[in-house]
Amino acid sequence: MNIPAELKFTKTDEWVKVEGNIATIGVSDFAQEQLSDVVFVEIVPGVGETVKAGGAAATLESVKAAADVNLPVSGKVTAVNAALADKPETVNTDPYGAAWMLKIELSNPAEVAALMDAAAYEAFCKERGH
Amino acid sequence: MSEKTIFELSSPGRQGVRFPAPDVTPAELPDESLIRADLPLPELAEVDVIRHFTALSKLNYCVDSGLYPLGSCTMKYNPRINEDMARLPGFAFTHPLQPIETIQGSLALMFQMQEWLKEISGFEGVTLEPAAGAQGELVGVLIIRAYHQSRGDTKRTKILIPDSAHGTNPATSAMSGFEVLPVPSDARGNVDLEALKAVCDDTLAGLMLTNPNTLGLFDEHVLELIDIVHKAGGLVYGDGANLNAIMGVVRPGDLGIDVMHFNLHKTFSTPHGGGGPGSGPVGVAKHLVDFLPDPVVGIIEDATEEMPPLYGFVTPAKTIGRIKSFAGHFGVIVRAYTYVLMHGAEGLRDISEMAVLNANYLLSKIRHAYTLPYNRTCMHEFVLEGVWPDVADVHALDIAKRLMDYDYHPPTNYFPLIVHEALMIEPTETESKQTLDAFAETLLKIAEEAHTTPELLKEAPHKTPIGRVDEVRAARDLVLCCWIPEEPVK
Repeated sequence: MNIPAELKFTKTDEWVKVEGNIATIGVSDFAQEQLSDVVFVEIVPGVGETVKAGGAAATLESVKAAADVNLPVSGKVTAVNAALADKPETVNTDPYGAAWMLKIELSNPAEVAALMDAAAYEAFCKERGH
Repeated sequence: MSEKTIFELSSPGRQGVRFPAPDVTPAELPDESLIRADLPLPELAEVDVIRHFTALSKLNYCVDSGLYPLGSCTMKYNPRINEDMARLPGFAFTHPLQPIETIQGSLALMFQMQEWLKEISGFEGVTLEPAAGAQGELVGVLIIRAYHQSRGDTKRTKILIPDSAHGTNPATSAMSGFEVLPVPSDARGNVDLEALKAVCDDTLAGLMLTNPNTLGLFDEHVLELIDIVHKAGGLVYGDGANLNAIMGVVRPGDLGIDVMHFNLHKTFSTPHGGGGPGSGPVGVAKHLVDFLPDPVVGIIEDATEEMPPLYGFVTPAKTIGRIKSFAGHFGVIVRAYTYVLMHGAEGLRDISEMAVLNANYLLSKIRHAYTLPYNRTCMHEFVLEGVWPDVADVHALDIAKRLMDYDYHPPTNYFPLIVHEALMIEPTETESKQTLDAFAETLLKIAEEAHTTPELLKEAPHKTPIGRVDEVRAARDLVLCCWIPEEPVK
């Protein structure tokens, strides 16, 4: 399982990459593996929207299940990966790269500090056993 | 697939029906541009049409062909007497717009069915109107909303859904305008009470409880759970899809559940899964009776010494309104009524006891060969993990597909989501010991195959008209039209 050291993670399997004041978010390798082949992606907020941590970031559907992606941080949406809707399989093939979902200008950087680092997330995944 | 489509069987000029020569003056054709010459209507003889559809029907798998252990769906045998009763001319040839004086028999049957469902569930009022379980859920949650609104309690915007609930519950709540909040299960598969308490506040509208839950487990703290929700001012919705496990033993109304739907097409043996429409009556506790959909069947003139009572349609005082045309799926209600009448009170209890016994018997025969994540005595169904730690790359889906090679309908798979690689098995009470033994042997054989010849599972099914379908491609490249004209339509 791939868990990049520079990312932060949530208990609901989203990842966050912070560069300056901009957070990029997506779902982890663990999440895509659990979901199996993703066949549908819908990103909820649009560019310019102000969003709150815990709100809806996206909806994913695989052949097995539908899953919500939660917003790990609050702020203003500066970019949305519109290409993902046409290539949902990217979530499986490149979850930390081409399958990024949103870029958010952080309004409360303290939220990032509360997230798990890679080591803690790895332990969290192991705890769940699969 | 061996059977061609009816379009491929078509032969130009062939006819199934020959019309006699007209004995009246032919009418003028309407605007010719409305006649679509491009439609490729198949041309076949009657015998070829009959053979085509008979061949297709033989490819179908149904509960009349064999065991259908589709967890959560209660695919029990549908007794033929139900069909006989639904076809009685007095039921079959009535119209819902007839004057009520001319359909007293049908109304009496509906009234009695409402009464029986009240007795079975411990509720004070029942509507038979909802078309199926999902609409029953919607009705139930709309009643919860109407209840809070009628009290001016408008801040209650949140519905809690345990992660062991049926998948339709969150959709129902969202569709009714509520915010949906999941509640986790504890290690024994019960609702986690501490997690529940943490989210109970004055914005709580209710909780949707599936009990027994989708793990096939009866919540060991159900009374405490309901009490917590009630103390926070919320109502408890009961998902009655698993009623087959507790009928005649536990009454949801007695537990304190406020509103619940029934699935007549599950618990009460009416056709199911493409075999006919469902029916999802809703039962409510006393404080919700006034909110039931319009209309319910009631007695509008009491019986006298000479006359029986006059049954009719009654509008509840604070009704959420009409939710379905006419009086629900009446023909299905006749079948369920027949089922209740054939079994009686003791018989209904036997059904649930036998459903639970059958599930536990089957589980006891196979549990050594499979992983049972929640190791408890089950109710009417159980959930396995369809993977083995010592077998790489064999999944629940492969087991499900391999079962088709042995002429069984696969169990529900990948649900509930809280079990990794879930296989959810519900044999129902209508299966004999011999059928259960044979199915258990097959499951054991498949477990052995997984270890010795895993490719048999991975490439399954081998003996069906169509092999393994590409589910990913089917979901990504949707073809929503069965026929695309070669030339543009004029």
